[in-house]
Amino acid sequence: MTQKNRLQSGGRIDRSKALTFTYNGKEYKGFEGDTLASAMLANGIDVIGRSFKYSRPRGIVAAGAEEPNAVMQLGATEATQVPNVRATQQELFDGLVSGATNGWPSVDNDLMGVVGKVGGKMMPPGFYYKTFMYPQSMWETYEKFIRKAAGLGRSSLENDPDSYEKINQHCDVLVVGAGPAGLTAALTAGRAGARVILADEQSEFGGSLLSSRETLDGAEASQWVEKVTAELAGMKEVMLLPRSTVNGYHDHNFLTIHQRNTDHISDKAPAGQARQTLHRVRAKWVVLATGAHERPLVYGNNDVPGCMIASAVSTYINRYGVVPGNELVVMTTNDGGYQAAFDWQDAGRKVVAIVDTRQNPQGAQVAEASKRGINLIKGSGVIDVAGSKRVTGVSIATLNAEGTAVQGSVTKLSADTVATSGGWSPVIHLAGHTGSRPVWDDKVVGFLPGPTVEKRLVAGAIAGDFTTAGALAQGAEAGRKALAELGLGQAEIELPATEEVVVHPPMTLFQIPHLKKTSEAPKQFVDYQNDVTAAGIELACREGFESIEHVKRYTALGFGTDQGKLGNIAGMAIAAKATGRTIPETGTTIFRPNYTPVTFGAMVGRDRGELFDPKRYTAMHKWHVENGALFEDVGQWKRPWYFPKAGETMQQSLDRECKATRESIGILDASTLGKIDIQGKDAREFLGRVYTNAWAKLAVGKCRYGLMCGEDGMVFDDGVTSCLGENHFVMTTTSGGAARVYEWLELYHQTEWPDLEVYFNTVTDHWSTMTISGPNARKLLQELTDYDVSKENLGFMDWREMKVAGVPARVFRISFTGELSFEINVQANFGLQVWEKLFEHGAKYNLTPYGTETMHILRAEKGFIIAGQDTDGSVHPYDLGMGWAVSQQKPFSFIGKRGMAREDCVRENRKQLVGLKTTDPTIVLPEGAQGVFDPKAPIPMPMVGHITSSYWSANLGHSIAMGLVKGGLDRMGEKVYYPLADGRVVEAEICSPIFLDPKGERQNV
Amino acid sequence: MLHIYCPHCCEYREEEEFHVKGQAHLARPLDPEACSDKEWGEYLYFRKNPRGLHHELWVHAAGCRKFFNVTRDTVSYEIKEVYLIGEKPSVVAASVSAK
Amino acid sequence: MSDTNSVAIMNQVPDAAAGVRAESPLHHADLATVAHKGNKIGGVHFREVGLMGHLTLRCDPNNAELIGAAARVLGVELPLTPLSSVESGGTIVRWIAPDEWLITVPNDQSFDLETRFRAEMSGHYSLVNGSGGLTIYQVSGENVVDMLKKSTPVDLHDSEFPVGKVVSTVFAKSGAVIRRTGANEFELLVRRSFADYLWLWIQSASAEFGLVVEA
Repeated sequence: MTQKNRLQSGGRIDRSKALTFTYNGKEYKGFEGDTLASAMLANGIDVIGRSFKYSRPRGIVAAGAEEPNAVMQLGATEATQVPNVRATQQELFDGLVSGATNGWPSVDNDLMGVVGKVGGKMMPPGFYYKTFMYPQSMWETYEKFIRKAAGLGRSSLENDPDSYEKINQHCDVLVVGAGPAGLTAALTAGRAGARVILADEQSEFGGSLLSSRETLDGAEASQWVEKVTAELAGMKEVMLLPRSTVNGYHDHNFLTIHQRNTDHISDKAPAGQARQTLHRVRAKWVVLATGAHERPLVYGNNDVPGCMIASAVSTYINRYGVVPGNELVVMTTNDGGYQAAFDWQDAGRKVVAIVDTRQNPQGAQVAEASKRGINLIKGSGVIDVAGSKRVTGVSIATLNAEGTAVQGSVTKLSADTVATSGGWSPVIHLAGHTGSRPVWDDKVVGFLPGPTVEKRLVAGAIAGDFTTAGALAQGAEAGRKALAELGLGQAEIELPATEEVVVHPPMTLFQIPHLKKTSEAPKQFVDYQNDVTAAGIELACREGFESIEHVKRYTALGFGTDQGKLGNIAGMAIAAKATGRTIPETGTTIFRPNYTPVTFGAMVGRDRGELFDPKRYTAMHKWHVENGALFEDVGQWKRPWYFPKAGETMQQSLDRECKATRESIGILDASTLGKIDIQGKDAREFLGRVYTNAWAKLAVGKCRYGLMCGEDGMVFDDGVTSCLGENHFVMTTTSGGAARVYEWLELYHQTEWPDLEVYFNTVTDHWSTMTISGPNARKLLQELTDYDVSKENLGFMDWREMKVAGVPARVFRISFTGELSFEINVQANFGLQVWEKLFEHGAKYNLTPYGTETMHILRAEKGFIIAGQDTDGSVHPYDLGMGWAVSQQKPFSFIGKRGMAREDCVRENRKQLVGLKTTDPTIVLPEGAQGVFDPKAPIPMPMVGHITSSYWSANLGHSIAMGLVKGGLDRMGEKVYYPLADGRVVEAEICSPIFLDPKGERQNV
Repeated sequence: MLHIYCPHCCEYREEEEFHVKGQAHLARPLDPEACSDKEWGEYLYFRKNPRGLHHELWVHAAGCRKFFNVTRDTVSYEIKEVYLIGEKPSVVAASVSAK
Repeated sequence: MSDTNSVAIMNQVPDAAAGVRAESPLHHADLATVAHKGNKIGGVHFREVGLMGHLTLRCDPNNAELIGAAARVLGVELPLTPLSSVESGGTIVRWIAPDEWLITVPNDQSFDLETRFRAEMSGHYSLVNGSGGLTIYQVSGENVVDMLKKSTPVDLHDSEFPVGKVVSTVFAKSGAVIRRTGANEFELLVRRSFADYLWLWIQSASAEFGLVVEA
């Protein structure tokens, strides 16, 4: 197909570089410098998709970020699929593959067109909310519409083959937008040596100057742009970011910039390059120079392909050398609209008419139209267009002076393109992201950025000055102001001479009246992307939705990736009219981040795959891997779970590990336990306040188990703390709780008891900890140390310093298995050496490595709790049957004491931790199973507590479990029933949780 | 993303270095045993949720690990002042409304 | 009671005679081989300086007696200005918090230093050996700041982060104590358990500039 709409010359495209692209499976040609949209228009592609609700054919309306319809699916392969790309922002590259987002099997002739008409009637405003009131049987009918509404397009089902960067930036001044205002702001700040970031969403800097025919200093504006850009590029402290959309403006001048590094080159980024970069910027000052979007007018069937905004028509002609049609009708409320007609005529195509809604427009533009012999129809409007897949004609009617009603007869003219201008809306999206309410300005006929607490300036069209001269001057002024605020001195720049423009007053008009009332007139679209019509907004108001925030949510006006760029103001105006208020009274909704869609890849950066989350390793990790360990995540730690031998099932491994430990000796890498060094003369007092038990008399060389509670009296961590010196302790915490406990200790020390002389230091990573456990543990340890580790010299709950395998160590005789156990701690740099030495000497004892699962079984056989597994924040020490670990004698009211004395904590029938023995010893109850006392009770059955720990015990030859049961400690011997999801009801008897060696004889040898 | 001045490190740092610990100036009762269940419950669970100025406890978790207080406007997210543990805020709700 | 009795200190480093191999947190990465086989030129250079002695001192900065005693033991004044450091001979002292300093010496000197502190200082302070839990990554090169900007939210511009400055901060999804040691040279103190994650991170973040591993 030829590029039938391409001009022979002109524009910022390179006709010597032809590019091939595919749209909906068909190949087309474009040129370097094109966007996908300009190339599509050049090829005469009218329909680029179907609207999601009414399934109406849609065409390209705009030329920038505000494009609501041309939201494409991109990607040559499944892996490189990208949804939600605006064709107007996507630069063309050779081999680009695109498709329409909505509409199947094809956008030109699809089945949905029929269904859609039905769907449209079925989908009035408030559809989402009304739907949920229907019976469930209706759901499937609606689901497909909901699915489509939930997001345009689809993401890849394969891994993204590209890489993405995420970079932290800091600057003095972030300038958003590199049009005339942004350029002078950046240049002024840059000349003073400020650290400047200048970001613009387009491939080239220049903004409005790129598509305008205005001159600067008597030459093409692009020459001035090139000069300024070159100067900025030479400044060391200035960072220039083209193809970079500032998408989010967050608190305290934190902004995110989405830079597309390679999307203009190829489908997949070239090797070694990141496809996109997300800049996370902290700016001391922000200058918003985001410009303005032209507003389309709202009229009948204004969504038929061929209806565009006037400035977009000029942009396609001037910047891309594309005339998107043959016969043009311009409708405008202001001087700005005329230029599209002039550009069109200069491109050699026919201007059918300029329809000006003003009764008596005056000035240079009017004179120029007359000089050019263009048919100027005053005081009138296009009330309707004909055509479905392309405009074929327009109906023009005379309007009253206010533009509120049609007067007189209707004239029909033939045309294929309607360009409208309803004035300009400052692009205030970013200004509103931090909660600042926009302010209506009657003169601008639009909302301006409202007051803000952010260090933010605005310049140019966003501030309501739509002239180039104003933008240039305001930008420079913003630059100077930022410098002054930053104390960075002064800088002046020379502003280029501009053409003098006298602007005549625009007419405040958004919706063109029809012969019929809005609800009966042809559809007048306000928000194309969300298929919101003027009638829909009126209906919402009639149904009682008066707050604009409610109207928005009810109709979906300004939802999704569109964020109300084109339709918001008209929507507000229609709602205002419907509720008999002014626009300022009606107010506006707040725009949210992001301004345009951001890929997940850019947000994720390199936090994926291996780097998704830190993996923490102990010094012995390599050994575990080499010895076949499977790993379990404990917080970020990778802990050995169990060590299967060839051909073993998990249960077989666990049985072997459990038996080896009880019969001879097992070893556990316990390095992940949190360890906190505590020094100071008040260390002991502090421990007494944060643990429930007594610490006053713990002698040097001794260890003690302690429970920690919150102020509510509930257990939140536990561990053994040892007295290293009179003023020196080392506390252990659970592996997952280390950071939380450490911060908690500091919190109490810094905020409640700063008078206590104590310091805390985390030493978790410093020590490698290996626990040898079992009847042969002492023999093995003795082989590796000169120190006498006999019962007499190293008793239960003692610790001593000694050398183990030649390495200085602290050895703690504490036990979590109920066996004779020694916890050997050495500086982690020597951990693996000691571990390996233990195995050298331990082979003859069948020294068996075990992981977290066997640890859990062995401790459960002894009824030892795991904080966070057997407790859940609602369990106090007495609930656990651990009243022995609470000292009510301590003079200081330790943390948790008052809490566990609350009425609810001392009542009868609390859930208490007990042992549970299934009547059928082979059944292992699932953890989490809920128990009942009466298995025949009607549903909902009164639940009495859940299973917290449950295992097969190879040592005991039956299953064991622990669980919370209401009043459990007083119900020994009674039965509890566990109805399971599979229909079985398992009977269990309440018993002591200490299943093995209740007198503790095994560890006390 | 707030930008928070750490009064110990004496410079602004990103919010991701900090943890917020809730309402500031919640002194633990000196004699918890003397508190009624209601009083203890209020100490434990009841917190202000003002629209406007709020005094919060923060900790520079990834930095110096020191706790400090922040007076923040919950509407604008503006931080009015930071001050040390043991100090009183100088910006309080009354002084702002008097302006 | 003297401090030496109230606090347990121990020479944690085995005698050379014991022949015990010490392994730094990146021992498993075999950096010597990587250095030999890998890039010789690149924008980022990396070296692990493992097996150093790292001691954390905590005391009241307003207690002149303690501060003076510490200076006598260390041979340099404790840096009292926030985020500053001093380096003298083989000793580096970094400000971590108003009442906390991280001292780095060769590991075989840490026990001697600890012993001298305990002999010289009395009163309320703590001194903790964390040598096994930390390692130093030296990163340098013309793109070192570009790599670090991907990793940490602190401002690394010369005007904000001069040579000698120290910050404890977020690094990737872990943390690090970062000290600038030259125009394009930084030292990262990282925790042992996170060492492998951060090493993977730095390799990935440096890839576009070329990473030169030194050993």
